[in-house]
Amino acid sequence: MSTYKWIIASAFAVVGGTCAAANVDGPHLGRVVTQADIAAWDISIAPDGTGLPAGAGTAKQGEPLYVARCAACHGIKGDGQVGQTAPPLAGGFGTLTGDKPLKTVGSYWPYATTLFDYVRRAMPAIQPESLTNDEVYALAAYVLYLNHLVGDSDVMNAKTLPKVKMPNRAKFFVVYPNKRL
Amino acid sequence: MTKRSTFLATDHIDVVAGNGLMSRRHLITRGAAVTSALGAGSLMALRSSASAGSEVLTIPEWMKVPGRDFEPYGTPSRFEKLTRNPRTPLQFLDGMITPSGLHFVITHNGVPDIDPDQHRFLIHGLVKRPLVFTLEALERYPRSSRIVFLECAGNSRALYSEQPVKGDAQSIHGLLSCAEWTGVSLALLLDEAGIDPRAKWLLAEGADAAAMSRSIPLAKALDDAFIALYQNGEPLRPANGYPMRLMVPGYHGNMNVKWLRRIELTEGPMMTKDETSHYSMLLKDGRVAQFKFPIDGKSVITRPSPGLTMNGPGFYEISGLAWSGNGKVVKVEVSADGGHSWADAALSEPVLSKALTRFRLPWHWNGGPAVLQSRATDDTGYVQPTREQLIAKRGNNAFYFNNAISSWAVAASGQVSNVYV
Repeated sequence: MSTYKWIIASAFAVVGGTCAAANVDGPHLGRVVTQADIAAWDISIAPDGTGLPAGAGTAKQGEPLYVARCAACHGIKGDGQVGQTAPPLAGGFGTLTGDKPLKTVGSYWPYATTLFDYVRRAMPAIQPESLTNDEVYALAAYVLYLNHLVGDSDVMNAKTLPKVKMPNRAKFFVVYPNKRL
Repeated sequence: MTKRSTFLATDHIDVVAGNGLMSRRHLITRGAAVTSALGAGSLMALRSSASAGSEVLTIPEWMKVPGRDFEPYGTPSRFEKLTRNPRTPLQFLDGMITPSGLHFVITHNGVPDIDPDQHRFLIHGLVKRPLVFTLEALERYPRSSRIVFLECAGNSRALYSEQPVKGDAQSIHGLLSCAEWTGVSLALLLDEAGIDPRAKWLLAEGADAAAMSRSIPLAKALDDAFIALYQNGEPLRPANGYPMRLMVPGYHGNMNVKWLRRIELTEGPMMTKDETSHYSMLLKDGRVAQFKFPIDGKSVITRPSPGLTMNGPGFYEISGLAWSGNGKVVKVEVSADGGHSWADAALSEPVLSKALTRFRLPWHWNGGPAVLQSRATDDTGYVQPTREQLIAKRGNNAFYFNNAISSWAVAASGQVSNVYV
């Protein structure tokens, strides 16, 4: 950093004084943008729900969507049966300390917000960026429902989704920065 | 150059560990070898009359016609059939650098076909000025180069399985590379955006069809992270992140986000799919170790290794790779008797922090069964564990970060296979 600053500052000094003083510490070739400019890219969801958009959906609304958009790869029940090409989404409770752990949204994932974040950015794999926010909420609700974590009429939205209790959450612990295993 | 005697020109060599391991001095010194310090373990000279006999040398056909013109972009000899699958064929490579065309590839929804003129890189979140950069703009920043390894956290996961899998260095350990990456300091760009003091992490996101994203501590970004534009001297290959990727030296591969399009400064980690459901270690007691970032000290022998058949007893060079995401490799020991005795290997220069280090050790194979192992020590004092030690701590379901000592059995037939000891 300091080396870069020195190099750039020197270069400007040699060229001679045409740059404003505020600009001598770096190239400054990025374009300053507004929140409106970047809204379509500002998609990350924090585990406390920060970033979740307006919209809502229930498992009942999510079921036909799931059948149409997800089941071909994840299976009709999303439970990791043989022949499915995508990871299992449901079930696996009580398997994590056995010989064949089944890591699913229900048995493994620590945060429900991750469901919204991931489905919106990446699913369905053959047509990402094609679901509305309402559809993403409905699909999140349906996957949680398949795991018996919400009822079929529970509304998932920016307020309720972060509050869904994920059963494996307490099992997670952070290694960074100093723990060694 | 009158005194060109090497160890091969001497009458005896000294054995420093069981089953024929010779002193590394034989590799790194020329003529200095093997004086009078020959103990009871000495072997007879290795000057083998290899295929003594009657090949008469003739003028080859390719010397009798003009050669063809060169290609605009060079490709390997038609006699070389190296492929990635998508793992790097470690057993057929030498040195420390991975050719770009053989660099392993893991994607989360394919390799995007990015037009560099349309690509944009955004820095936002907890900054004073959100900034968008074009590739053309980034190309104007001061650059630096660094040789670093990349290893997928899922590499070598076969060593978690209860029984040794059938496989070679490529299929078991080939999610591993080392290249010279050239680009722009991330700290410099973050400084231009103006870091809000509340920022402690950042989210890095790719422009692929998974918008693959990972949370990374800001401290790492300010330490040595950079945005790579060049790989082994040329623009990045599409499968490795063209036109730009994040590099976080020493941290596992997935965090070195390819096709980088966005960095958002945040107070805490975002808990993305790839840092919760993946790249976390399920321990035997059911607890889950999350946010393990650097690759621990590790090594693997690439030659001999499965698929490379030994050609009769006699001299071989044992060679392999060692690395640590926490610093420099300071020592690699090699065993030919399954870990009962060890000899220090020679480390090929340059030995760089967070880069692959090539090691070598001469070996006289007596034609009997042998088990070859290597064990790395890094400059934090960390010693690569045995598989038994690693699994005792973690169990068999941790999936990621397996850096245990790997064992290749050499059979009397000359076949080499993956085994547990």
